Amino acid sequence: MFGQSILSLVIWVPILAGVAVLATGSDRNAALARWIALAGALLGFIVAVPLVSGFDTGTSAMQFVEKATWIPAFNIHYHLGVDGISMPLILLNSFITVLVVIAGWQVIQDKVAQYMAAFLIMSGLINGVFASLDGILFYVFFEGMLIPLYLIVGVWGGPNRVYAAFKFFLYTLLGSLLMLVSMIYLYFQSGGSFDIQTWHTTTLGMTAQTLMFFAFLLAFGVKVPMWPVHTWLPDAHVEAPTGGSVVLAAITLKVGAYGFLRFILPIVPDASHELAWFVIMLSLIAVAYIGLVALAQADMKKLIAYSSIAHMGFVTLGFFMFNPLGVEGGLVQMISHGFVSAALFLCIGVMYDRLHSRQIKDYGGLVNKMPVFAAFFMLFAMANAGLPATSGFVGEFMVILAATQVNFWFAFVAATTLILGAAYTLWMYKRVVFGSVTNPQVEEMRDVNAREILVLGALAICVLAMGLYPKPFTDVMHVSVVDLLAHVAQSKLP
Amino acid sequence: MSDFLTLFAPALPEIFVLAMVSLILVIDAAVDDSKRTIAYVLSLLTLGGAAFLTVRDFSTMPVLALGGLFIDDPLSDVLKLFLYLTVAVVLVYSRDYLQQRGLYKGEFFVLALFALLGMMVMVSASHFLTLYLGLELLSLSLYAMVALQRDSSVATEAAMKYFVLGALASGMLLYGMSMVYGVTGSLALGNIAQNLADGTDLRIPLVFGIVFIVAGLAFKLGAVPFHMWVPDVYHGAPTAMTLFIGSAPKIAAFAFVVRILGQGLESQVAEWRDMLVILAVLSMAVGNLAAIAQSNLKRMFAYSTISHMGFMLLGILAGSQNGYGSAMFYVLVYALMSLGGFGMILLLSRAGFEADQLDDFKGLNRRSPWLAFLMLLLMFSMAGIPPTVGFYAKLAVLQAVVEIGYVWLAVAAVLFSLIGAFYYLRIVKLMYFDTPHDPSPIAASPDTRIIMSANGLAVLALGILPQPLMAVCMHALGASL
Repeated sequence: MFGQSILSLVIWVPILAGVAVLATGSDRNAALARWIALAGALLGFIVAVPLVSGFDTGTSAMQFVEKATWIPAFNIHYHLGVDGISMPLILLNSFITVLVVIAGWQVIQDKVAQYMAAFLIMSGLINGVFASLDGILFYVFFEGMLIPLYLIVGVWGGPNRVYAAFKFFLYTLLGSLLMLVSMIYLYFQSGGSFDIQTWHTTTLGMTAQTLMFFAFLLAFGVKVPMWPVHTWLPDAHVEAPTGGSVVLAAITLKVGAYGFLRFILPIVPDASHELAWFVIMLSLIAVAYIGLVALAQADMKKLIAYSSIAHMGFVTLGFFMFNPLGVEGGLVQMISHGFVSAALFLCIGVMYDRLHSRQIKDYGGLVNKMPVFAAFFMLFAMANAGLPATSGFVGEFMVILAATQVNFWFAFVAATTLILGAAYTLWMYKRVVFGSVTNPQVEEMRDVNAREILVLGALAICVLAMGLYPKPFTDVMHVSVVDLLAHVAQSKLP
Repeated sequence: MSDFLTLFAPALPEIFVLAMVSLILVIDAAVDDSKRTIAYVLSLLTLGGAAFLTVRDFSTMPVLALGGLFIDDPLSDVLKLFLYLTVAVVLVYSRDYLQQRGLYKGEFFVLALFALLGMMVMVSASHFLTLYLGLELLSLSLYAMVALQRDSSVATEAAMKYFVLGALASGMLLYGMSMVYGVTGSLALGNIAQNLADGTDLRIPLVFGIVFIVAGLAFKLGAVPFHMWVPDVYHGAPTAMTLFIGSAPKIAAFAFVVRILGQGLESQVAEWRDMLVILAVLSMAVGNLAAIAQSNLKRMFAYSTISHMGFMLLGILAGSQNGYGSAMFYVLVYALMSLGGFGMILLLSRAGFEADQLDDFKGLNRRSPWLAFLMLLLMFSMAGIPPTVGFYAKLAVLQAVVEIGYVWLAVAAVLFSLIGAFYYLRIVKLMYFDTPHDPSPIAASPDTRIIMSANGLAVLALGILPQPLMAVCMHALGASL
C-alpha cells in the first residue's frame, strides 16, 4: 500500500510523530511524550528499512521516485528520489534519531515534549533534504531544519547558548541565501525548471559557473564546515545539549557534504575542476591546522568538534580528487564519522551527566570507576584516530590512496591526520580515563546503565561492522559515484 | 431606472459600504455606551455583506464604469475581498484593547469603514481623480484614527506628523499628476497609457511628473528616504490603530502603485524602474538596520514594514505581469503577517498595560506555549524562512528581479534579509530562551485567540501549500492588466 511512497513516509512519519509529541503538552505528561517520541523514532527507522531491502545497486538512476505538482506557478514539484549517495545518509539519520531520543530519556527534564518534538521534526526535515530532487523543495527542508536546531541549542543549551544559537543560525543562513539566488538564476537558465536533474544538464558559461560555485561553496562550506567558516561549530557544539551535538555532528554536517555531490560537482563541473585547488587547499588546512587546534583544547566537546572539522576536511578532499576511490572514501568517511562522532558526543554526555563538567582536567582515573564505559570510550577513541578494523580507518585510507593517485603532497599532508588524530584523541583519552583518581567527585561516578549500554553498544556494532566489512556500503554507492564522476568529467560550457 | 442600475452596478459594494457607514453613524448617535457592540456587529455585517456582493458580481474581465472613472476587474475584486478580511480581523483583534482604553466608540468603526471605502475606491480607480479621491478618504480617516485617543500627547503628535507629511505627499502626487496630464492631455489611466505608448516629445515634463508621482507613492508606502513618518506614527498611535495602518492600507497602496505605474505609465518602465531600484535598496537597508536598534516592538515593526515595502517594490520594479503578481503575493502575505504581529501585541496587552516592549515577550513560551509557537511562525515568516509563507513571498519577488537580469539586486536583497533575520530571531530568543519578566496570565478573549490561531496557522499552511494564493494573484493580474 505504501510501496509507492516510502520516501514520503520517511519524511513525514517523524514530523507527524513530532507534532503528536507536542500535543502532549506540559511536563506533567513527560513520560507519555518520551514513549511517543521513541515510538515515532522507531517507526521512522522502520519505514526507512525498505529503502535498503528494495534498493537496486545496479543502477545510478533515482529510485523510489515520487513526483507531484506542488507550486505550478513556478514549476516547483514535490519530487523525491534517492540514489546510492543519498540513501545511506537517510538511513544514518533515521538510526541516529532513535539513539538521540533514547539518550535524552532521563537527562532532559525540562520541556520534554518540545525537546523530543524538535528532534523528530528535524529528523524528518533532514530526510527531506537528502530525498529532494527539486531545488526549492530541497531549500525548504534545508532551511526549515535550522528552526528546530536553533531552538535545541538555544533552549536546552549551556551558559553561552544564545550567542551560539544566533551565530549558528545567521552563519548558515548567509550561505543558503546566496544559494537561493543561484537557484533562481538556474531556474531561468534551464528554461524554467527547479528540477535538480535538469540543472545537471543545463549549459552554463564559465563566469556564471564560477559565481555559482562560490555561492554553493559558501552554502555548503558553512554547513560542512570548512575552514575558515567553521567557527560556528565549536560554539554550537559546546553549548548544545548532548542530543543536539550528536545530530549536529552526525547529520547536519553531512548535509553540507552531500550538497557538494548533488549540486556543486554536477551543476558547475567546469568551475569545480578549475577551482578544485581551492577546495583541496581549504580541506588540507582543515585536516592539518584544525588537527593542531584540536590538540590544544581543554574542553572535550570542543576537542571533538575540531576533530569533526578535520574529519570533514577529508570528505571534501576526497570529493575533489575526481576519482571513484576518493568520492567513495569521502562518503564512507561521512557515514563513519556519523557513527563515531555521535558515539563520542554520547560518551561525553555520559560523563557530563555525572560530573557536570566537560573539562579534561576535572577527570582522570575513570577506568577505575567505570570500566565498561572506558571500554566503549576506548573503541570510539580508536575509531576517531583511524585505527584499522574500525570504520574510521576505511574512509581515511581510501581518501589517502585516492590523493596519492593525484598528487603525492596532497596525500602527505592528509596523512598527517593519522598522527594528529591519534595524538589529540588518545591524549584526551589518557588524561580522562587513565591515571589515578584525583577529583573526589569521580570517586562517586557510577558506570553506564542499561540504557546507555544499549545506545553505545548499537554504535559500537556499527563502527566495527563498517570497519571490518565495508563492502556493502561501497556497493550501494559505487554505481552512483561512477556515474556522477562520468557526468562531472563532461564540460557544460556552451 | 435600469440604466441607473447598470451604470452603478459595478460599484455596488462601495455603495453598500457607504450606506452602511451612514446607518452606523446614525444608530451609534442614538445608543448609549453600553450598547456600542451594536456598531461592532454592524461593522462586521457590513464587511460580510460587501464580501457577498463582491463575490456575487465577481468579474472575469475588466469593466469600465462611471464614465471611465471606475474599473471593476478581477484584480480589484480579489484585493477587495482581502481588504474586507483584513479589516474584519483588525476589528476582532482591537475590540478588547479599545474597550479597556475607553476608545470603544462608534467613531472608530465609522472611521475604519470610511478608510475601507477609500481603499476600495483606490483599488477600483481607473482615473487620477478617483485614485486621489480614494487616497484622501483613506488618509483623512487614518489621521483621525491616530488622533482618536485625545488625551495622549504621543498619539496627537503622531497624528500631527502623519497629517503634515501626508499632506505634503498628496501635494507631490497631485503635482506629478498634473504634469502627466499636461503631457498626455488626459487623467484617465487607459488614455494616458495609450497616449504615452504612441510616443511623446515632451520627455522632460513627463519625467518630472513621474519623479513627483514616484516620490508621492514612496511617501505613502513609507519607502526610504520618504519613511520618516512611519516609525513615529506606528509607535505613537494606539496599537489598534497601528494594526489597522500596518495591514489593509498596504494592500491598497499596492493597488495604487500598480494602477499608476503598471497601467498608466506602463510604457515608461525604463524611467521609473531605476527610481524604484534606489527606493527598494535604501528601504531594505535602512529598514533592516534601524530595526535592530529598537527596543519598542511597534517601532521595530515600523522599520520592518519599511524593509518589507522595499521587498515589495522589487516585484513592482520588474515591470512584468509576473513581477506585479509576485508583489501582490508579497503584500497579501505581508498583511497577514503584520496582522498577526500587531495582533499579538494587542492580545498580550491588558487594561493599563501595553505589551509593546521587546522585554514583554520574555519567556512567553512558559506563559503560553501555543501563543509563543504562533509568534514563532510569524517571526520566521517575516524573516522569510521556510516552511512559512514569508519564504515564498521573497522567492517570488526575487525570481521576478532575476528574470529582468538584476541578479545583483537579488543578492543585495538577500543580504539585507539576512540582517533582518537577526531581529526576528531575537523575538524568538526572548520568547523561548529567556525566563518571563512578567508572569501574569494572559487575559485574552476566546474569539481573539481563535482568530490569532487561524492567523498563525495560515502562515504555516500557506507555507506548505502556497499554490492557491499564488494562483489567485497571478490570475487576477493576468486577467486585469
